[in-house]
Amino acid sequence: MNWKRKDLLGIRDLSKEEMLFILDTAESFKDISKREIKKVPTLRGKTVITLFYEPSTRTRTSFEIAAKRLSADTINISSSTSSSTKGESLKDTARNLESMRPDAIVIRHGMPGAPHMLARILDSCIINGGDGSHEHPTQALLDLFTIRDKKGRIEGLKVVIVGDIAHSRVARSNIFSLRNFGNDVICCGPPTMIPPHIETLGVKVEYDLKRAVRNADVIMMLRIQKERGGTTYIPSTKEYSTLYGLGRDHVETARNDVIIMHPGPMNRGIEISDEVADGPSSVILDQVENGVAVRMAVLYLLIGGEA
Amino acid sequence: MKTLIRGGRLVDPKTSMDGRYDVLIDGPIIGEVSKSIRRVDDGTKIIDASKRIVAPGLIDVHCHLREPGFEYKETIRTGTTAAARGGFTTVVCMANTNPVNDSRSVTEFIVDRARAEGACKVLPCGAVTRGLKSEELAEIGEMFEAGIVAISDDGRSVRGAGLLRKALEYAKIFKLPVISHCEDETLSGGCVHEGRASLLSGLDAIPAIAEELIAGRDIAIARYVDAPLHLTHISTAGSVEIIDRAKRTFRKITCDTCPHYFTLTDEATLTYDTNTKVNPPLRSQEDVSAIKEGLRKGTIDIIATDHAPHEFTSKDVEFDLATFGISGFETALALSLGLVRDGILDLKGLLMKMTVNPAKLLGLEAGVIAEGAPADIIVFDPDMEWTVDRDSFASKGKNTPFHGMTLRGRNLFTMVDGRIVYNEL
Repeated sequence: MNWKRKDLLGIRDLSKEEMLFILDTAESFKDISKREIKKVPTLRGKTVITLFYEPSTRTRTSFEIAAKRLSADTINISSSTSSSTKGESLKDTARNLESMRPDAIVIRHGMPGAPHMLARILDSCIINGGDGSHEHPTQALLDLFTIRDKKGRIEGLKVVIVGDIAHSRVARSNIFSLRNFGNDVICCGPPTMIPPHIETLGVKVEYDLKRAVRNADVIMMLRIQKERGGTTYIPSTKEYSTLYGLGRDHVETARNDVIIMHPGPMNRGIEISDEVADGPSSVILDQVENGVAVRMAVLYLLIGGEA
Repeated sequence: MKTLIRGGRLVDPKTSMDGRYDVLIDGPIIGEVSKSIRRVDDGTKIIDASKRIVAPGLIDVHCHLREPGFEYKETIRTGTTAAARGGFTTVVCMANTNPVNDSRSVTEFIVDRARAEGACKVLPCGAVTRGLKSEELAEIGEMFEAGIVAISDDGRSVRGAGLLRKALEYAKIFKLPVISHCEDETLSGGCVHEGRASLLSGLDAIPAIAEELIAGRDIAIARYVDAPLHLTHISTAGSVEIIDRAKRTFRKITCDTCPHYFTLTDEATLTYDTNTKVNPPLRSQEDVSAIKEGLRKGTIDIIATDHAPHEFTSKDVEFDLATFGISGFETALALSLGLVRDGILDLKGLLMKMTVNPAKLLGLEAGVIAEGAPADIIVFDPDMEWTVDRDSFASKGKNTPFHGMTLRGRNLFTMVDGRIVYNEL
């Protein structure tokens, strides 16, 4: 297939074919990171700006490494170094950056729809690196890639997503991708963290973690979003940990080949115990590794088309 | 100076007239209404209204003219010009200006400015509480003497049931209706309706119950103290149900809704177009259907605009940061005529909700075409198609979610007190 999109704003817009195309492209990039010379000239002469209004370690580094391994030039702008502290609007910042003719802008922003606003006004390719509680498309794609890698398939699986579903962009994007491929998705968390109408997305809701994880193929843990008021939805993190912290007991009732995922950063001892995070079922570091390949694929498809 | 509006189809809900009539205006007053007025004095201005509808000027019980204080959003001059274009001859402007209209001097300023520059009549709504702060009552009597026709803390609810009770009781001295903006702030705080669309967009949401709880609370208080209460910009199915039930046993309850609440659903917010950000938010399809049914059944008495103009830059930002509000004067009639085409209301029923019922709420003489009545008259074409172009709005507020849409029905002529303030005929 041919890639036709200018921007990658969300998973909800993508067809199965488009997602598979990204995964297959990522597959071909995965080896590059294992070579001694981890660089190909594919995006030579291209410029990628990462514009991050929220803190990030993994996503920003991952995009930067992905771009660099494809020989693109990268510039990082984070909110502490940008003009936002001087009162410049997002729109003006974006227009100014566009004047320097970047090929792609990866934006992370605390407000849903911020990448969509840039996509409307800029000619550059816009990649959503996470917008508020809305979407985090490259995370869902790297999760899908990891599931396919470990399970050999991405349909017909029982996937349990545990935590603050309401405020999680990772949960939303994953629900869209996993449901599109016909997986059973169970959202588990306290009712205060499960948004109303979630069943309309074709997912099941289960408040009891023990019941939720039984026979699961995939368990995705989410962290409590302290920066989005996450702690006001529960009496205490201690109680949350008692009710929704994933321990070895839970893992033992899941399928033997269950994989445990987490988008990071982890709050060890709160939503996940050390022994699970570091245990044999954990694929948390594989997710990070695969993130680079998936982001290389996304950058390549968006800005590598015509040289 | 006399004017003859000739050959139109007169639709006057108050007198139940519907047919071809000529209307002769003598100075600020309607002089004669009859089947055919042949002989007129020399110098009489003749308006050919054939194939058009002639109706009483529309009355808007809820708008924001932004003056004093926010002249960069709208002024009394630009706002009333937009209102006149839209077919409104009387508008009630809310108190959330800067300074707030909570004192005689601000009311007097608005009245004077409107008299000097207004294209249509402006009736100020005073604040219920000083500074809209829900701490102490504003000087309602002083404002009444200066010309307010209602009191409201619109923009927020009066927090504290005890304070609202006092306001409802006190307003009885002046027979002023209290207009309630229904929003429980401990449940709101978001920017779109809580429903499937907010789930998809990830935007912080305002549940329907934020409105319904306060609607229920305010009705209970009004009933207890036996005072008239008007609930404004009603947007949810639950509110319609609560009001419907209350009206059966307590007749001093009235309410209004706005064109966007029966035209758009929360799906419109999925594009993150900040022009769809309005408070209360655009609701679900079920709510829209219930609003329409409420209009049909008569539970909803009035259609208001909640014209809320904003400067471009306040909408040209991230959705979360954008101001709430829709610039509504210039699209209200066309959108409301959609109800007639959909068979929800007949033309007379629609005009009731935009003329007679608002006049009744406010205790006005207006809203009727009859000999001796003030000559507030419009002429419109209910079928004319036109494309909404925000850049051609008379309002400073270009914030409309209807930009680029083709609507049917357009006001072509507006007369206020015998004065032609808009004429596209």
